[in-house]
Amino acid sequence: MKLHEYQAKDALRAFGVATLPGAVCTTADECEKAAKDLGGGLVVVKAQVHAGGRGKAGGVKLAAGPAEAREKGAKILGMKLVSPQTGPDGVIVRKVLVTAACDIAREHYVAVTLDRSVGLPVLMACKEGGVEIEEVAARDPSAIRKVHFRADEGLAAFQARQVAFALDLTGPLMGQTVALLQALCRAFVQRDCSLLEVNPLCVTKDGKLVALDAKMAIDENAGYRQKDLAAAEDRSEMDPTEQRAKELDLAYIPLDGTIGCLVNGAGLAMATMDIVKHHGGGPANFLDVGGGASKEKVTEAFKIILADPQVKAILVNIFGGIMKCDVLAEGVVAAAREIGMKVPLVVRLEGTNVERGRQILAESGLRLTVAKDMTDAALKVVAAAKGA
Amino acid sequence: MSVLVHKNSRILVQGLTGSAGAFHAAQCKAYGTQVVAGVVPGKGGTTHEGIPVFDTVEKAVRETGADVSMVFVPPPFAADAVMESADAGVPLVVCITEGIPAVDEVRIKTFLDRTRTRLIGPNCPGIITPGECKVGIMPGYIHKPGRVGVVSRSGTLTYEAVWQLSARGVGQSTCIGIGGDPVVGTSHTDALRLFIDDPGTDAILMMGEIGGTSEESAAAFYKASGTRKPCAAFIAGATAPPGKRMGHAGAIISGGKGTAAEKKAALREAGIAVAESPADMAVTILRLMVDRGLAPASSLDPV
Repeated sequence: MKLHEYQAKDALRAFGVATLPGAVCTTADECEKAAKDLGGGLVVVKAQVHAGGRGKAGGVKLAAGPAEAREKGAKILGMKLVSPQTGPDGVIVRKVLVTAACDIAREHYVAVTLDRSVGLPVLMACKEGGVEIEEVAARDPSAIRKVHFRADEGLAAFQARQVAFALDLTGPLMGQTVALLQALCRAFVQRDCSLLEVNPLCVTKDGKLVALDAKMAIDENAGYRQKDLAAAEDRSEMDPTEQRAKELDLAYIPLDGTIGCLVNGAGLAMATMDIVKHHGGGPANFLDVGGGASKEKVTEAFKIILADPQVKAILVNIFGGIMKCDVLAEGVVAAAREIGMKVPLVVRLEGTNVERGRQILAESGLRLTVAKDMTDAALKVVAAAKGA
Repeated sequence: MSVLVHKNSRILVQGLTGSAGAFHAAQCKAYGTQVVAGVVPGKGGTTHEGIPVFDTVEKAVRETGADVSMVFVPPPFAADAVMESADAGVPLVVCITEGIPAVDEVRIKTFLDRTRTRLIGPNCPGIITPGECKVGIMPGYIHKPGRVGVVSRSGTLTYEAVWQLSARGVGQSTCIGIGGDPVVGTSHTDALRLFIDDPGTDAILMMGEIGGTSEESAAAFYKASGTRKPCAAFIAGATAPPGKRMGHAGAIISGGKGTAAEKKAALREAGIAVAESPADMAVTILRLMVDRGLAPASSLDPV
């Protein structure tokens, strides 16, 4: 669950992290007013989209005053922003942040994420700011300082000082730096972040430490206790089918192939995509109906797959454990009747109550192909998609 | 022989009276597992389908000698449940619960590091020693007692692999589902170590998926161990796009890291055979076993 920059900054301010004042705007009028409210001087108009690389893509502009803020706002709002992170289709900018500008003396990089290999959160810092951290990591891993900390104890002051010295944030900046780094680590834990990045963290010419940009992603599993952030999630950049799947609690990712996949379990769902590709087809999606999917959920899953006009054939691959094959088969039959399956359907069932499941499919009178194993299923569905 | 659970294991169920807990406790019992206690705070002193219920894990352990805990407690309370079992000295905790926040998983790991408790999961199907003891939600009947150790991050993909083995007449020593979350208690490496040390395991079949570096670490460990036990692997997610969470919270390629290609290369480099198709998981390990006289040539016949 990704937050916009303005949302991330709001969340960070509550932890005492210094940011520049600003206002989120959806119209050019609002941009002008925001610039006026900020004192009428130099402002920055920044596209609010869930992707990095906004500056190079033309989504961040300086404006000399309210009139120019209005003009720049009008240009950015509604534009299709295409950056390496958005993919070739880009995203439409619906909101901008109009924020005060400042004189930058130095820029650094700091972020907090989860280090899976040790099971601890890790603070990462790099002297070079405003950069793509992956590029730095590839070029010179020693340039990134990493400090692990415990979730309950947070970042110790001495750990924060180590990082401050590594970034050369000494003298009068030391106190501010320690406080800011500790606040970031506290925010990471208390707001259940999966990523919290301040890039750049800048030192202004008048000696203040400011989070000039902020990126925050929240752990999907923590939505129940981060209710305000979950409620504020902007899903407008998500494709409508993805949004629908999310509402139904189905794990669905659209891909660019022609073979729709309906599978139970994430690992088997990935493996099913892989075997389709292995035999020369292209998966149209990842879809995990989950362990205990009901007839209704299977029906909805079919509707989601069929909403993709590229789908030329569907492969259902179910290993019934908890989910019984006969229940799944009833779901397939009901869904096919309700929505009128217009594309070839290949079904591979195995596991609990498989004989009853196969019988239900055979007696349904539906035009579907039953496959005996995963290879058979993949070959049949690839052939069907090519024939259609 | 087996690892971690066996016919004398005594299971307690945390969250016994919830729908999932009650259903799966009954299934485990039907498989022959000794389910000796349930723990549900506030319901101590009652029984649930013949299983005595206790208020605390500490009391359940004291009165029943339980040595494995199976956790079905909902996500907001699951971390606390795992820590309660660890505090009570339960040596093995199997956490089935899906959807626990990663920060809580970090807390669990930090807490467990100070105890002698091993955690399997969270978000996992559990562990089974075929014919002896089932602690989890896997369908028992697909398994067959034998000598192949199976370890995987995923549920149904493990069932698929087990099914392929059993259909070829090849049984399993123990099957461990380590779970699909970013922070889990038992890693691929931990499972490999257990199987390598187990005299009842002849060969190891490992399933991994995109995200993290658990498979790479396991590959390095396998190579360094110098074991003669053959190992085969399958990595799911070769077709997954970067930056998208593929169902499992841990299955995500981030910053260009954790791709299937990298993992397969690391496994091959360590001398582990890699199945390119998920349909070939069983035959990939069986080819190695047949070569070494660990399985009959007939196990490679078409089924």
